[in-house]
Amino acid sequence: MKKAIVFNKVKKNFGKLEALKGIDLVIEEGEFFALLGPNGAGKSTLINILAGLAKPSSGSIKVMGYDVIQDYQNARRSLGVVPQELVFDPFFNVREMLRFQAGYFGKGRENDDWIDEVIEGLDLQEKANTNMRMLSGGMKRRALIAQALVHKPPVIVLDEPTAGVDVELRNKLWQFIKKLNQSGHTIVLTTHYLEEAETLCSRVAMMDQGKVVALDKTRNLLKRFSAKNLNLRLDLKRKKIPVNIQKFIQSTDHNFITFLLEEIAEVEFIMGELKKSKIKILDMELTNSDLENVFLKLTGSKR
Amino acid sequence: MINFKNEFLGTWTLLKKELLRFWRVVFQTVAAPVITAVLYLLIFSHVLADHVKVYDNVEYTAFLIPGLIMMSLLQNSFANSSSSLIQSKVMGNIVFILLTPITYLQFFLAFLIASIVRGIFVGVCIYVFALFYVDLPMLHPWIIFGFAMIGGALLGTFGIITGIWAHRFDQMAVFQNFVIMPLSFLSGVFYSIHSLPPFWQKLSQLNPFFYMIDGFRYGFFGQSDVAPLLSFSIVTFFFIVLAFITLGMLKSGYKLRS
Repeated sequence: MKKAIVFNKVKKNFGKLEALKGIDLVIEEGEFFALLGPNGAGKSTLINILAGLAKPSSGSIKVMGYDVIQDYQNARRSLGVVPQELVFDPFFNVREMLRFQAGYFGKGRENDDWIDEVIEGLDLQEKANTNMRMLSGGMKRRALIAQALVHKPPVIVLDEPTAGVDVELRNKLWQFIKKLNQSGHTIVLTTHYLEEAETLCSRVAMMDQGKVVALDKTRNLLKRFSAKNLNLRLDLKRKKIPVNIQKFIQSTDHNFITFLLEEIAEVEFIMGELKKSKIKILDMELTNSDLENVFLKLTGSKR
Repeated sequence: MINFKNEFLGTWTLLKKELLRFWRVVFQTVAAPVITAVLYLLIFSHVLADHVKVYDNVEYTAFLIPGLIMMSLLQNSFANSSSSLIQSKVMGNIVFILLTPITYLQFFLAFLIASIVRGIFVGVCIYVFALFYVDLPMLHPWIIFGFAMIGGALLGTFGIITGIWAHRFDQMAVFQNFVIMPLSFLSGVFYSIHSLPPFWQKLSQLNPFFYMIDGFRYGFFGQSDVAPLLSFSIVTFFFIVLAFITLGMLKSGYKLRS
């Protein structure tokens, strides 16, 4: 199988800040790939370098075999990027924008049929002649996706495509993107919604503080991190939490203590230990672990 | 391998977008500067016609018109590239160009030509208005055209530089008000620099706007303060220097690609 994107030891420094600390990652052609991570993990920086909006401090990236710096024209022709912010050109309507965008890639009239197809696929027909300024947020998002597709790129990158998009549109967008994937496009998306990645993506890379901290099939990753949170309010009164359950503690805020569990059976163990130490439980709650916790687990840092 | 059809279509599309951009707000980008220039013409010619004599066989109103046309041309060439860039940067839609295979040279050419077109278009409109007002000779049309082109190119290029450099609209306004306006008003639009005291004459000779206006005026009347070829060479020199700076900025991605 051909490689859609190859990240090779990509580093990026902003002054003293190391935004990317050497990313090595290979995305195969036809994959539906998710790049997950909390804000500030370096996802967008990585996407920007991939798209040519930023330059790496060292390392290299290839898209469909083309280096994004040495062979940037071919690399950009192979890449469709949907930016995170809802940016638009206030002077033009949707169809004009799409035609211009195609033109920048050297595509002329012969491409108009494809533009119509994209407009239809994203349900933009009624708004095709509406000025970008007049579109709602959801419509702007669709127009942005359409813009990334005008030159039929084999690799499509969506940076937080569903941020601020309502549920109905979100589902429609994913259907459309799934269809693109089925017709052979490689899809890479960044998100911090774990559920989205879970239902759509075959493989996931998790980033934190400029590094890839996990890279696996989504299935495996979820299995590994199907953790639960046990939130307790304890009546501590100068008593200390028993040493043998301290390793489960994820965060402490006065009397509120959150334990991170891998198995539900651990609840019993924790409760037992607390009882032995005669610590009274004032309140308790069991929640599913969110992405944040998965990261905490992965990075081993207590925030 | 360079695909010329792709390269041409890319440049042409960006140029077309830039032209349409100012055409969509033609009242602001063309009508407004034309009206301003016509007002200058009416007021200054009315007040000064009997007081200022520059060339023996040229009446003041006629003398004024080429200067006003060139001044407006220069200001609008500057405004086109600079405001387009700062707007795209502030709005964020500059990424739509940065994500494409458009080269730095294509980028430069498209913004440059759009600037020249807007400047010359404004100039032609003022000229047409002026025809109702005064008889204007046109002794050397090619010299007029040459100065219009190089002047529009110089200011269009300067506009690209400031558009890339500025982060905010107010920084842009600083350039507009503290560089472009003084240079254009102190360039001999309303007078011949020979009527100035020696110190100000010397100072005017450092102003590239002076050479553009003086040479442009030569095209109409066949008279000027400086030989037109010298003026043209000086302006061309300035253009080449700024063009190199601009291409360097664009190539390195200065302030556009972090």
